[in-house]
Amino acid sequence: MLRLEKRPSPSKAWNYATPVLAVLLTMVAGGVLFVILGKNPFEAIKLIFWDPLFSEQFAAYSRPQLLVKAGPLILIAVGLSVGFRAGIWNIGAEGQYIIGALCAAAVALAFYPADSVLVFPLMILAGAAGGWAWAMIPAILKTRFNTNEILVSLLLVYVAEKLLAAAATGFMRNPDGAGFPGSRNIHQYGAASNMELFANSGLHWGGVAAFIAVLFTYLLLQRHILGFHVRLAGQAPRAARFAGVAPARLVLMCMGLSGAFAGMAGMFELAGPARLISIDFNAGYGFTAIIVAFLGRLHPVGIVLAGLLLALTYIGGELAQFMLNLPAAAIQVFQGMLLFFLLALDVLSNYRIRLAAPSRSSEAA
Amino acid sequence: MDFGAINPVVLVASLMVAATPILLAAIGELVVEKAGVLNLGVEGMMITGAVSGFAVAVTTGSPALGMLAAIVAGAALSLIFAVLTQVLMANQVASGLALTLFGLGFSALLGQSFVGIVPPRTEKLNFGFLSDLPVVGRILFSHDILVYASILLTAAVWYWLTYTRSGRVLRAVGENHDSAHALGYKVKRVRILAIAFGGACAGLGGAYLSLVRVPQWTEGMTAGAGWIALALVVFASWRPWRALLGAYLFGGITVLQLNLQAAGFQIPVEYLSMSPYLITILVLVVMSSSRARTTLSAPGRWVGPSMPPGDPGITKRPCPENREYVHETQRTSGHLGRRAGSRRADRLGRAGPSRR
Repeated sequence: MLRLEKRPSPSKAWNYATPVLAVLLTMVAGGVLFVILGKNPFEAIKLIFWDPLFSEQFAAYSRPQLLVKAGPLILIAVGLSVGFRAGIWNIGAEGQYIIGALCAAAVALAFYPADSVLVFPLMILAGAAGGWAWAMIPAILKTRFNTNEILVSLLLVYVAEKLLAAAATGFMRNPDGAGFPGSRNIHQYGAASNMELFANSGLHWGGVAAFIAVLFTYLLLQRHILGFHVRLAGQAPRAARFAGVAPARLVLMCMGLSGAFAGMAGMFELAGPARLISIDFNAGYGFTAIIVAFLGRLHPVGIVLAGLLLALTYIGGELAQFMLNLPAAAIQVFQGMLLFFLLALDVLSNYRIRLAAPSRSSEAA
Repeated sequence: MDFGAINPVVLVASLMVAATPILLAAIGELVVEKAGVLNLGVEGMMITGAVSGFAVAVTTGSPALGMLAAIVAGAALSLIFAVLTQVLMANQVASGLALTLFGLGFSALLGQSFVGIVPPRTEKLNFGFLSDLPVVGRILFSHDILVYASILLTAAVWYWLTYTRSGRVLRAVGENHDSAHALGYKVKRVRILAIAFGGACAGLGGAYLSLVRVPQWTEGMTAGAGWIALALVVFASWRPWRALLGAYLFGGITVLQLNLQAAGFQIPVEYLSMSPYLITILVLVVMSSSRARTTLSAPGRWVGPSMPPGDPGITKRPCPENREYVHETQRTSGHLGRRAGSRRADRLGRAGPSRR
């Protein structure tokens, strides 16, 4: 009979090993899924994880896409990870991402067609402020009325989606667009455009921002008292109270930070790859970022690696869709399974598995 | 616009239909939370139920078989959550989210070949002349079996939790799992069964959505119904009859805004369709700000978000009857505090079955 024995502190070795193991297990389970779908599993896995980077046929197009997709994922995930560490669950990053983009678009459209170097920085500020403000709604409701921030932040995603639809078909619609939904093409508006910084690298300002955010979060968590408070509140809430951590301030800080990062991600996406406000502007980055944060063990460096990997599944998924006629949803299932395996394997870092006779204490929850 | 186009009798009849899926999911989640578990995967289980119910109903031509398949699918998916949280001790919030993300992808994959198909009709119950009665006939005697089944389920869960031995065991497990364990109850087994029941209910609710309410399959068709069901449990303060009331209230709002859209109300459709979500948030705020009332039926060990498990701050201290104390603990513990609920655990312990 197997018995779980709690480790005094999580195992460091397993901490590093479990994400890798989870990815491998997901590949196996994914292979089974592809067999069920009637595809060659080895070909599909190779197409998703290898070909986007190394095949001569596709790499020229898909390699730059890696940074394009990883940028927003990392930027959002690194913000979320701070809150997750403190036990503050902002799962509405998707909504904050949309609102950030809407605010940035509002700035760009207000200045259109003025040509000033200030437009782009203003848009970044507006995007961050929009995401921050949208995240402040659950944060303030939490601190003021003790309302569950998970439900509120998630429900606000649906509200943001409706706002997006209203903007695309109504108040932000392109006046020269012959009545089609969608705003002006902001990517083509020089002063507001988020251009690729080096040709064919896929790196735009969003990638730079993600890099700065990772650095900032790393310093915050490792070198600043606030980061210590965050970790303390997550690991020993009672000790944190005695240490004088103000829970309300922590909620406002964590939600605000993740909201601002998500809003910025929305802004860079709008002015770059997405080009304009349309009804289907949001592509689920806000939700995938939750997986990225967990896969990266809530650590900034881990999140960079996890973000690159999940960006790869996006690109590989598109490739598989195109080459093997694999349904787009298969990649979503793939990402979901990854999170399952990751959570399941966590047991290895938090517990020792012992072979023992069944005892009464093993039934304790 | 024309308010005259909105017929109140039809409105009430259709709000019952609109409320049924969230009521089913909420009743299931209520039992799960009463057992001391928070499953945030309701949305994922609902949509999995919706697609599997739809697929089976279309292929076999029988809505009843579809509903059955949805129950099985919802329960099966919830068992993943049960294994993760009860056997492998994974974080409940993250596991619930994983369930939702997986369910949304899985349903989209499964439902691909079913887009745009009309499912077999679910027949309404035949009440004979009763259905022809004015007003009452339309409201009370014109529905399919699941509308009545969901009300019966509410009654059954209420009776079971309040008056039966096994219901009390479930509550004891939720109130204080250490005491329940010491009394010899199988904490994990009870919780796993509760989670499976929650999954089955959510699955059935989803199938009602795709087979009766809409009736069609589209990707992501639950559109937050699972999250609204979760909010509904908070609104209901973990009481089954209040969940029924809440579900009908939300159903009413949904139907009313649809009616306003149809009546050509001067507000763009997008803003009207925001209203169910906004009102859900509003209700959550109202319910959570008046905590003194809600704590009375909240499960003691309900591991709420931002209330990390194992925080002994409040539950270990005796809780006198006056409300001052509750306020005080709220102030000192801030958001990290947990619901004061030990008093009920004591009462339950006494009222519960004797071990001899």
